[in-house]
Amino acid sequence: MALLLFLALALVALLAAVGMVTSRNAVHSALFMLVNFAVYAIFYIMLNAQFLGVVQVIVYAGAIVVLFLFVVMLIGGEIGAVRSSLRRYTYAAALILGALFVAMIGLGIAQTISTDQTVAGAPAAGGVEAIGMALFTTYLLPFELASLLLLAGMVGGVARRYKALDED
Amino acid sequence: MEILIISIIKSLALIVILLTGFAYLTYYERKLLARFHVRLGPNRAGPRGLLQPIADAVKAIFKEEIVPDHVDKPVYLLAPALALIPALVAFAVIPVAPAMTLFGRTIDFAVADINVALLYVVAITSVGTYGVILGGWSSNNNYSLLGALRTASQMISYELPLGILLAAIVLSTNIGREMGTLSLHEIVLQDRPWWLWLWLWLAFPVFFIGVLAESNRSPFDLPETENELIAGFQIEYGGIKFALFFMAEYIHMITGSALMATLFFGGWRGPFVVPGTWHGALIGFGWLFIKILALLFLFIWVRASVPRVRYDQLLHFCWKFLTPLSIAYLVITAVIVVFAG
Repeated sequence: MALLLFLALALVALLAAVGMVTSRNAVHSALFMLVNFAVYAIFYIMLNAQFLGVVQVIVYAGAIVVLFLFVVMLIGGEIGAVRSSLRRYTYAAALILGALFVAMIGLGIAQTISTDQTVAGAPAAGGVEAIGMALFTTYLLPFELASLLLLAGMVGGVARRYKALDED
Repeated sequence: MEILIISIIKSLALIVILLTGFAYLTYYERKLLARFHVRLGPNRAGPRGLLQPIADAVKAIFKEEIVPDHVDKPVYLLAPALALIPALVAFAVIPVAPAMTLFGRTIDFAVADINVALLYVVAITSVGTYGVILGGWSSNNNYSLLGALRTASQMISYELPLGILLAAIVLSTNIGREMGTLSLHEIVLQDRPWWLWLWLWLAFPVFFIGVLAESNRSPFDLPETENELIAGFQIEYGGIKFALFFMAEYIHMITGSALMATLFFGGWRGPFVVPGTWHGALIGFGWLFIKILALLFLFIWVRASVPRVRYDQLLHFCWKFLTPLSIAYLVITAVIVVFAG
């Protein structure tokens, strides 16, 4: 039952990913990506990590894709606008990056199989309590550093904007 | 299997109740607005106009389905559904009555009692914005697009103070307990000392303003301002598709009221509620219903008396007033929790 559900969802995720890459319309691409993220959220929930699943929806669906859509709409994602500006090196770059990606995934799968990690056997490892405990004890320093980095990025964005305004 | 059947029954009941609630919320609003405007309001269909919502529904359903030529058809058709479904689904985690035991089995009055309920509500409502954004974009109309852009920025902005206040409320669940909780069920059951109630009520006005903005209600209904954007994202929608957007907004109001009643006013708790019995469940539901009605009255009252703000005022108000205020509230709550918890 769980396996069947996983396979069906995985198929949806794959189709959405293909749709995102092949779609000619930027807004459609963003929507396919949204479907893909939603399926990931369901995967997390199936692995007993409800917290991660919900956060996945809040961060990616609730903020990042909305921002993508906002930018796409602002800079012109008009309906029917087909761009055929295939640059010369696109195919080569795609091939090289694709090969690298497949190698990375293959390595990951091989490692997982050889060490025989069973993720689903860890109940509540993705629960709020477990994640909160891990973040605020074992991984406190990296967690705070990451938040600092995000804050710095935000302040930097605002500062650049004001600099650009000054120069005008 | 049994869980599946129970969940399906509960979900169907929830959908039927929410849709009926939507229908009569429009009646409630029109009657109340009429009182505020010193006029009569709907009074032709049925006694006191009580059948008006049904007449409206029949009218919307039998209107001709028009899909304009210049729209992006799949997205155009998807958008109303995307607006409505999250509004319906978000209510699933709100406990509407205390659990009761009947024929030897415990009946829990929430479709799903999950331990991250509060985050779930935030997640689902943030997905709800897609309906409006995509509806505005796919209509391929400048006014609609402007409405969609306004929605996107408004939603992202007002999610901040709301999220920060929710964090403060979650923090406050640490008081008097070993561990805080994100479960709405446990938040309702929690015994708060009187000063904590007062402190939480201080946050209520800010939270309410945030919910007003998130549900696109007047005075924050900038995405659909009829005098500058001629209805914004819904210009190209008519008939039942328009009605779906309408439904989404009203069900958002109901869900928002239920959430605020649960967080700030004790949900189903009230005098004469004996948890575990059938009459306890009934009276508990009654209390929640009264609280929701009172909050909905507040929504309508604001709509009847406050003029719409300008778009830049809206964003300034959020970023320069509400957000700093809620951050200060969060910090003070944290201090309180450290010393009192």
